[in-house]
Amino acid sequence: MFKKILIANRGEIAVRVARTCKQLGIAVVAVYSDADADALHVKIADEAYPLGEPPVSKSYLNAGKIIRAALESRAEAIHPGYGLLSENPHFSRLCRENNLVFIGPTPEAIELMGDKLAARRLLSAKGVPVVPGHNEPLADEVEALRAAAELGYPVMLKAAAGGGGIGMAAVHKPDEMARLYKECCFRAKSSFGKEAVYLEKLVVNPRHIEVQILGDKEGTVLHFHERECSVQRRHQKIIEEAPSPFVDDLLREKLVRAAVRCAETIGYENAGTVEFIIGEDREPYFLEMNTRLQVEHPVTEMITGLDLVHEQLKIAAGVLLSGRETPRADGWAIECRVYAEDPETFRPSPGVITALFLPEDDGLRIDHGLLPGYKVSAFYDPLLAKVIVWGVTREHVLEKIISALGEIRIDGIKTNIPLLQKILSDGSFREGSYNTNLVSRLLVQ
Amino acid sequence: MKSICSNIDGVIAEIKVKVGDEVIPGQEVVDVESMKSIITLVSEIGGIVREIKVSEGDFIGEDDPLVILE
Repeated sequence: MFKKILIANRGEIAVRVARTCKQLGIAVVAVYSDADADALHVKIADEAYPLGEPPVSKSYLNAGKIIRAALESRAEAIHPGYGLLSENPHFSRLCRENNLVFIGPTPEAIELMGDKLAARRLLSAKGVPVVPGHNEPLADEVEALRAAAELGYPVMLKAAAGGGGIGMAAVHKPDEMARLYKECCFRAKSSFGKEAVYLEKLVVNPRHIEVQILGDKEGTVLHFHERECSVQRRHQKIIEEAPSPFVDDLLREKLVRAAVRCAETIGYENAGTVEFIIGEDREPYFLEMNTRLQVEHPVTEMITGLDLVHEQLKIAAGVLLSGRETPRADGWAIECRVYAEDPETFRPSPGVITALFLPEDDGLRIDHGLLPGYKVSAFYDPLLAKVIVWGVTREHVLEKIISALGEIRIDGIKTNIPLLQKILSDGSFREGSYNTNLVSRLLVQ
Repeated sequence: MKSICSNIDGVIAEIKVKVGDEVIPGQEVVDVESMKSIITLVSEIGGIVREIKVSEGDFIGEDDPLVILE
């Protein structure tokens, strides 16, 4: 196992990765921007290297500075967390070139899954179901109109280099196409650097369900059950749970089989997540593969008893999965993402945390990077904390998580806790019969 | 002289007016990027733009003056 690793991230995920390292006796090297000098992830590290000015382009996305910090500190490996450089194949390659282990997949796997069309072509050829649609980029809006007529409305325009819900537009009628096509190309270009967009059939009233997998360097792939991720606003997840209340044994078998086949097809190494979209016909379609640790990985940890970061470290250190099996899923877990935002207007709420109280209890886990007096910076994303509860039954978990959210105090800024409580109390959420329209429906009420 | 001030911390993403422009109440003047969201600041006052105190890419705090009107 490694003796020292650098964590190329900030906030709750940097703290969470460091926790596992400390349990394993691995020394932790933190990196930080000027805005994060007093952050928790820096305080708990064994060493910390400054990255300079706060904008991510100058700090946490500056691959050269991070590699230099790793070499200078004599770290053997880099954990990228999620977001930032985690799905950047150039960074993964740069680690390799500098004899640093990138705790994640190969640059080739990241590249392939970052190209949505290449992934669609490869996976559909290998029998993984993909959303009906086209495997080539559209030439112009005339072709978009022709392709949409062929597929039948409603359709979805998607950025070929996209992901994470960015650069997508649902088109319900031909007269919306020209405007949305142009907008989508613009977003694709500004977010991902490539204008190419393609067309898929829109799955109506969908559920988003994903499967956690681990793969080792010899090609063994194991799945670690599904996570339900349908509570979203503007394609950003808010609440996740495992298992999914929607998934029966038949659907579960289809999901995990497709996920494992996807990972095996590309020889995927380390932790990854295969996302599926499922319509009213209960048929799962491959959506994308996230080639990193997911924000919502704790719900899987809670029902399997595994530490996924430990698993990542072992795989990166060359430990094989052979002889192991998928652990039995035990009980239920729900995660709520606490964001620094107004629960009604969704306006971001940066500022100083004047008072902080986070409850503690059996089965309750709160992943966060907060401290009293800490300044939540406008430079970074608004995720403050993840509240995760495990229990024997879903009813028990719901009761406990609502009570935990009620006890949390984060003064000085606004948080979305009132919205989380509203969702958890909603009839369709409680029944488990919700889909991705849940939040927008609640907001209209 | 009246100023249009920011009501949020963030980075100036786009300035939508220039010196000499007439601004009316309700007009969008500046886009601020805060916590990865774009917040459009709308003027509550009207007047002619005399001075723009910030440039795109600048970090601004709540209550910082952005645009001076007369």
